[in-house]
Parts: sequence; structure tokens; C-alpha cells
Amino acid sequence: MINKFVSSVSEALADTRDGATVMIGGFGTAGIPDELIAGLLAQGARDLTLVNNNAGNAEQGLAALLKAGRVRKIICSFPRQTDSYVFDGLYRSGQLELELVPQGNLAERIRAAGAGIGGFFTPTGYGTELAKHADGSLKETREIDGRMYVYETPIHADLALIKAERGDRWGNLTYRKAARNFGPIMAMAARKTVATVHEQVALGELDPETVVTPGIFVQAVVKIDRVATQAGGIKA
Amino acid sequence: MSYTRRSKDELAARVVQDIPEGATVNLGIGQPTLVANHIPSSREVLLHSENGILGMGPAPAKGQEDYDLINAGKQPVTLLPGGAFFHHADSFAMMRGGHLDICVLGAFQVSATGDLANWHTGEPDAIPAVGGAMDLASGAKQTWVMMDLLTKQGQSKLVQACSYPLTGIGCVKRVYTDLATLACTPAGLVVIDTVDGLSVQALSELIGLPLSS
Repeated sequence: MINKFVSSVSEALADTRDGATVMIGGFGTAGIPDELIAGLLAQGARDLTLVNNNAGNAEQGLAALLKAGRVRKIICSFPRQTDSYVFDGLYRSGQLELELVPQGNLAERIRAAGAGIGGFFTPTGYGTELAKHADGSLKETREIDGRMYVYETPIHADLALIKAERGDRWGNLTYRKAARNFGPIMAMAARKTVATVHEQVALGELDPETVVTPGIFVQAVVKIDRVATQAGGIKA
Repeated sequence: MSYTRRSKDELAARVVQDIPEGATVNLGIGQPTLVANHIPSSREVLLHSENGILGMGPAPAKGQEDYDLINAGKQPVTLLPGGAFFHHADSFAMMRGGHLDICVLGAFQVSATGDLANWHTGEPDAIPAVGGAMDLASGAKQTWVMMDLLTKQGQSKLVQACSYPLTGIGCVKRVYTDLATLACTPAGLVVIDTVDGLSVQALSELIGLPLSS
């Protein structure tokens, strides 16, 4: 019997290796897999490359991983926040490598990895500083039908940590509102995807017409008690 | 002759004049967000938010916030009936694929031919952050900029060539400012309107570039 539910976050993350590339879903307050990030901190893997839209806030979550010195590199689109001081300090002192990627290129590079695409030409970023490699050399460009495009490569990951809403034991997932953000594409791009859900449902309970992430992209699911995201709270 | 600058709300209302019924629009973080407040209820305009919302509604009443339902600026919003959620790759495909009619962005500088600089001051100690600015600037069918014409030091933000790092080349079609509305064209700036009392000649002197009208 296929059962992707595991009983704890620590069990789901136990095989995370040093040097792993880890995708972490979430945008703003929506879709951040807080329990999985805390689990990664507790698990202890080091020398990580993180892929996220941002680079952490204050000292919680992703910023706690940075502060603990566990991250070598971060690939993101928007590290600067009013309270991103942990990232800011590590970046300025050269202790953390940053690969800054326009948000849509980030999403498409993740999607490309999951879809088995060897890269793509995009107009986004052409002629800008972000159309250069880390060493300052220009990325490959091509004129297609009179428009200039930049070649961007896929971003693969060893592990994706995502937050979903409902899931079944085959790993089929649905999300809640804008918490979907990077979840579906990160699930496709990682060799192992661990998702949290607030509701564990029986096979057949998710309407197959509305499954957002089919279970083939998910390797482990952990049920986490509902956390209130509505001002009035959400009843479990 | 004396003239008065457009207030931020007047500027937002001026932008709204040019948004047609049925348009799909993305409003950038900051000043462009104000545009939503001025769209008349008689005009159906679909707002897109890059984090995965189409059909975004106004801010919720106090106490009704849902932090799974936020805009690109990470503020709580609502969803209109008919609205939809989608993942990030689809959201940016809407921009890059040319499905979005208009995006309205803020800017540090815009060149006469529509180059945009709005993501990075380029200072050595600055933390760079780009978000969706480059995708929006090069992806929407029309990119409009909404900004004050002059910096606090009185320098024009409309320039011959941007000195800040570029967001996109030749991507801005129109610039809405507190003093005038202009079009960026391959041949340079074209005046669309100015505030009462400001002549095209006086505007040209403020900007320091030739203008056609």
C-alpha cells in the first residue's frame, strides 16, 4: 500500500545531506512551511543552497537557518526586507553567496527543472546586470523574431519543502488561496518533496478535477495542526 | 505662471483615466497601489497580483484579514467573485506571455526612449532585490510608470540615459508624473498633458530634454 504520510517532520527530513539544494515555498505570510524549516534546522544538514523568493525575516524560519551558519548560498528574487538583517549582515561580510534572479525567471527555472527542460530563452532581464553570470560574463543571448532573449538554466533541488492544505496518502495536494505560490513547481523540481497539510483526507475525497499537485511529485506528507491565518482564526 | 503639482491621489486618478474597461492590470508596490482606489465601480478591470491572484479585490475590513490572501506587497487583500488562484510559473507566464494589458510601476529613472531603472541604486553597500520588476517591465503589453518628475534634489527622473542599473530596455510606454504625462518613443519624449499653468517649454526646461507634443 502506498502511504506517503509520515508521522513526524524529523522522520520526513532525516536523510537530508550536507551540501543539499533545498527549495522552500512561500511568499510573504502565505505558504511558508514553518514546521519543515524548523525541522531542517533541527536536522542539522550544513552547507545548504536554499531556493526561496526571499531571504528570511528577523531571526525566525529561514533567517534562523542563515544565522546558524547552515547556508552557503541563496537563490532568490527579493532578499531585501525591512527586517532581513541576518541576510544583510552575512551578505555584506561575504559569508553568504547570493544568486539574484528575477522572480519570473526563478519560477520558470524551477518549472523547467521539474519538466525536464534544459533551459529556455526569456526576454526578462535582457540588457541588465542580471543577464550576467556570477563571474560577470554575459549569459548567452539570442534574437528570436526580432526580439532579444537571455538563456536561463533549470534549477534542480535535492529537497523541496512546501505547505499545502489538504492531502491524501498518494500525495495528491490542494492549497489554500495565495499560499499556493511556489508549491506546485517546487514539488516538481526536487528529487524529494515534503509537504505539510492541515487536512489528511482519504483517497477519493479530493475532487480529481481540482487536484493541484498530483501525488507523483510528492514523496512525503506530514499533517500539521491548523494554524490560524484568518484574523478570526480558522476552526480545525 | 504658477502651477500646482498633482497629489498622489490626483496622479492615481489620472492613470485610471487611461485604463479601459476590461483591461487586465498589474499594479506595482508603493504608489501604483493607489490606482486601484480610483477605478470606478462602473468599469470592470481585472487586477493581477504576481504571487498568484487574478481578480484581486480591495483590502478587507479590519478584523477580516486572511494572511493566505495577500498581494505582492504582502498586504491582505480580498478576492472578487470570479477571481482565481494559480502558481508562480503561471502567474509570470501571464506577464511574459503577453496576456497582461498594463502594468504600472514606480521608477528611479526612465529614459526618453523608455529604458527603466527601478530595482537597484547600484551603491556598493545596497542589498539588491528585483522581485517581479523585470518580468513585469518586459512582459506586459504596456508598461506605464507613475512617479514624481523630480527627485527631492530637483533633478529630473526622466533622463537621456539611465545612470542606475536597468530593469528593462525600451519597455516604458508612458510616464505619469505629478507635473505631466509623457510618452516614451524611439524618437524621444512626447508630451500628452501638463498640469494647468505649466507650459511645454517650462516642462522641457525642468526635464532638460527636448519634448515634442
